[in-house]
Amino acid sequence: MSTPIIDARGLRKTYKVRGRGKEAARTVEAVKGVDITVDAGEIVGFLGPNGAGKTTTLRMLTTLLDPSGGTATVNGYDLAKDPVGVRRSIGYVAQMGTTDSSAVAGEELVDQARLYGIDRDVAAERGKALLSGLDLDGIWERKCGTLSGGQRRRLDIAMGLIHEPRMVFLDEPSTGLDPQSRANLWEHIRRVRDDFDTTVFITTHYMDEADALSDRLLVIDHGEIVGAGTSEELKRQVGGDQVLLTAASVAAAPGLADAASAILDGAPAEVDGEVVRLTVPHGASTLPQLLRGLGDDHDVAGVEVRRPTLDDVFLTMTGRSLRDAAEV
Amino acid sequence: MTIARDTWIVFSRAMRLSLRQPVWVVFGLLQPILYLALFGPLLETIADTRAFGEDVDAWQIFVPGLLVQLGLFGASFVGFGLISEWRAGVIERMRVTPASRTSLLLGRVMRDVVVLLVQGTILVLTALLFGLRAPWWALVAGIGTVALLGACFASLSYATALTLKSEDAFAPLLNGIALPLLLLSGILLPMTLAPQWLETLSDLNPLKHVVDGVRAMFRGELTDPVALWGVAITVGLVLIGLAVGTRVFKRQSA
Repeated sequence: MSTPIIDARGLRKTYKVRGRGKEAARTVEAVKGVDITVDAGEIVGFLGPNGAGKTTTLRMLTTLLDPSGGTATVNGYDLAKDPVGVRRSIGYVAQMGTTDSSAVAGEELVDQARLYGIDRDVAAERGKALLSGLDLDGIWERKCGTLSGGQRRRLDIAMGLIHEPRMVFLDEPSTGLDPQSRANLWEHIRRVRDDFDTTVFITTHYMDEADALSDRLLVIDHGEIVGAGTSEELKRQVGGDQVLLTAASVAAAPGLADAASAILDGAPAEVDGEVVRLTVPHGASTLPQLLRGLGDDHDVAGVEVRRPTLDDVFLTMTGRSLRDAAEV
Repeated sequence: MTIARDTWIVFSRAMRLSLRQPVWVVFGLLQPILYLALFGPLLETIADTRAFGEDVDAWQIFVPGLLVQLGLFGASFVGFGLISEWRAGVIERMRVTPASRTSLLLGRVMRDVVVLLVQGTILVLTALLFGLRAPWWALVAGIGTVALLGACFASLSYATALTLKSEDAFAPLLNGIALPLLLLSGILLPMTLAPQWLETLSDLNPLKHVVDGVRAMFRGELTDPVALWGVAITVGLVLIGLAVGTRVFKRQSA
């Protein structure tokens, strides 16, 4: 097995909070010793509500913040011993953007490349190719402030890739974009990985984004990793799918529930009005057996299979909904 | 030297962005001329009261003051630009490149110094037209003082801006510091007119000694202790300014 791109062990960050008034000074643990492994070519989604420790972890991995404890290597460079080596090998696209509104897109790209020691001409050639790959042909001479939100975000990604890093960190990349631009951005992020084999580490508090984009997810809450795996694996941990059967009438529902539960070897069934809710490991493959078993004895007016969402995953892991948590 | 190289890249980017603001360029150049035209005539009358001393030309008093003021005010406001750069993510983006963090500060300070050198030169040349008489080396030293003070205050301004990261906090703080510094420096009126307590207070203001130093030079007194003292304090201010600035730029939370 090749060495991982990110290998963090017990990465920790504590802050001292000054006491106010009679309150004593205290130490806050923003990140409580996380282990993170990211392999080459992966798109890893780092999911968690605001304040969970996502950004702090990201800032440590990108050398913007010194860890209070633990070790990490990024692209083989030790975070503590060789931060410049780490910086050379990574791209970082911060949530707030990368470009000055009054600056010209092409010039920002070239200047950024030159800070990595890349020759001006090479930078221009590479920058134009990158923009073209991100469907941004023709913005080379444009001021960054005149670009649309989606274009500007893709330019940010180009800024993060201009020195051809082996891995790129994207912090909340689609925040503030409309649904179409988001889908388009995801498409491009996937293509960056497919075309350049760039490893992508992406933080988000959107479940749909994490679900659509990532090969693997890390869920962080209160400074701890509370779950890791593919989105399918995580959803399976929640306890499976739900099969919803609609009975012909409210009166018929309890009978339907008993029958269905019996066919499925005592799978839990709840009745809610005329709807019977069954929890099963695999909804889709259970359905034919269930309907066959019910046969003509029971009238079924409707059938629905519901897969758990990442929000269900989050709810199970942390005891609160990601959406609620994000608003805190 | 990678620091020199990185500083040059940051400088040329900053300079390019500044030059692209036509309004900024015009007002930047116009400002020193406005001072001379709209404030100078008042000084000519005041000088007649002999408050500045015997046989002193009003312009020899006034222009050194204006130069120091240019160095102070021209540079103190640069932090606002940095806050907006920070908000756009530019600072963070550059901090994750291998470029030295000192260069990120020095390149920007260099841009400000170049701007002040141009403004200072315009100020002096225009003052000559208005009737200023002073040795040529004193004029060069005067412009040099603007540049050095500019490096100091631009550095401090960036350091403060990067620490506060908010225009709302930065503006009152700036006014709270720059205004007393200006009033206590004897730039506008001679401190000899002041009551004793005010004069003592102004003696504590390094800028007062810088102004006095440049005035001594404009009178042709290069080796006068007042002039030498002024030079020493200016150099000291630059060292302090750059030290503070570099420290803040290297700090992680910035």
